[in-house]
Amino acid sequence: MLNIALPKGRLGEKVYAMFEAAGYECPSIKENNRKLIFENVEKQVRYFWVKPSDVAIYVERGAADIGIAGKDILLEYKPNVYELLDLRLGICRMAVAAPADFHDDGERTLRVATKFTNIAADYYAGIGREIDIIKLNGSIELAPILGLSDVIVDIVETGTTLKENNLSVFETIVPISARLIANKSEFKFKGSQIEEIVRSLGKQVEGK
Amino acid sequence: MVDERILKREEKAVFALRSLYRKRGYLPFKMSKFEEFEFYMRNKDFLVSDRIITFNDTNGKLLALKPDVTLSIIKHGEDAVGCKQKVYYDENVYRVSESTGQFKEIRQTGLECIGDIDLYDIYETATLAAESLAWISEDFILEISHLGILSGVLDRICGDVAFQKEAIRFIAEKNAHDLSRLCEEWGVSGEGCHRLTAFISIYGQRQKVLEELRQICDGAEEAFGELERLSRMLDCSPFGDRIVFDFSVINDMSYYNGIVFKGFISGICEGVLAGGQYDKLMRKLERRSGAVGFALYLDLLEQLPAEKTGYDVDMLLLYPGDADPAVVAKKVEELTAGGKTVSAQKRIPEKLRAKEIISLVKEGEEC
Repeated sequence: MLNIALPKGRLGEKVYAMFEAAGYECPSIKENNRKLIFENVEKQVRYFWVKPSDVAIYVERGAADIGIAGKDILLEYKPNVYELLDLRLGICRMAVAAPADFHDDGERTLRVATKFTNIAADYYAGIGREIDIIKLNGSIELAPILGLSDVIVDIVETGTTLKENNLSVFETIVPISARLIANKSEFKFKGSQIEEIVRSLGKQVEGK
Repeated sequence: MVDERILKREEKAVFALRSLYRKRGYLPFKMSKFEEFEFYMRNKDFLVSDRIITFNDTNGKLLALKPDVTLSIIKHGEDAVGCKQKVYYDENVYRVSESTGQFKEIRQTGLECIGDIDLYDIYETATLAAESLAWISEDFILEISHLGILSGVLDRICGDVAFQKEAIRFIAEKNAHDLSRLCEEWGVSGEGCHRLTAFISIYGQRQKVLEELRQICDGAEEAFGELERLSRMLDCSPFGDRIVFDFSVINDMSYYNGIVFKGFISGICEGVLAGGQYDKLMRKLERRSGAVGFALYLDLLEQLPAEKTGYDVDMLLLYPGDADPAVVAKKVEELTAGGKTVSAQKRIPEKLRAKEIISLVKEGEEC
């Protein structure tokens, strides 16, 4: 039985549709109930919905054999997993944004508000800029508006929220999309089933 | 005589593996729990983490609780032609847990072959690694890679250290999509990109891998030859079908140089065994000879399903408060002599699960 962790929400539903198209359907998943685990014994798959940011933990710890996680989560938490396929879903980017009139003169420590402290730290260490990280859990855009930070590091999809708050993207750190990940140990023992799924989903990705 | 039933899985493993390593002439290596902190600071690149538990000795010297075993074993020794030191160990190391961020005691067993090593020693280490895994579970896989092949091919494709570092990370992740993007960004030719991504897709049964690898290992012929010879030797190993090739096994390349391996057991979510040839570390410690070895992380065996007995003791012997202690002792002796585990109590403990309860109601009587 292959355990598959799907991220709750729209992305997870799109990904499930890809699994279904690949022949790994599990009709009970579409029933409107509070169940968390769905199984198709014939197809040897078991799906479960988890919080998107938790998928990598389930896979790394072997509770799920494979799962779908955003590249942002993989870069932030660096789980010890295989990253087998870019599903090209949930496409966005990790970017540095600031008020449109912001100019970094490099004379003082840059105050960076973000949920993604490791990504921000790695990025600024890479360009040798000294920063002060302000960890926030939401409404990151507020930070530079209220003078809490100079810039923010956050996920930008369409840029509408930034625009509405008079913020602009200054740098793109890395493109983000959903990735199929696998537990390293389980990959050794369920390799052929996982490979078959990767091949099938890969074809769908190429066909988009 | 030790009753095996009371031994934990990792304790049984230590005894069995000790016997296995002794059979091949490996001698026990007992080391101090402490090392001078400065020794680790000089070699911190080779440690999993530079966070170390330190304390002052009575003479003021700063000491550290060992975060690593190999460094302590190889720091002294003779480098003479033809000489080899073969040792095994069973030690605790102290490292920061990735999940909790706190220090953790980790029980590690393993072996090192240090000196004028050759392909036989690499074969012997790999097969002992496989036998160690087999002892724990028949459902295991030992993956082998050769860092010489990967570095030879990488050097031909792009010598830039920044590129190589990223490429190696993607190969370790089996991340072909980001590796292709990296190649594109660095202007690597289509053929070069194809050769590199092949290191991700080529894995599994050894002969099949060698056939495919032969086509792409231009620049690493010598290392390929070594891997091929090792594979032929492994064909005769009783565990040969459980030993596969996989180039995502990339132990620290500033530490290891040639053949490296990693062991997995079904039911344990990460690799339980890691090792390989580490001549580069030997050079760092100003040793002229080579070395190969592996470590088995026994704490991970806890992840395997426990044998459920359903009870804590075979018998709960209840005796009244005014019972003659000699009578209780006699009864306990009698029961344990028959191989039972017995807990003598005045009342039934809340959390103790006993298979059978016997009460001493009167002197010497039971019901």
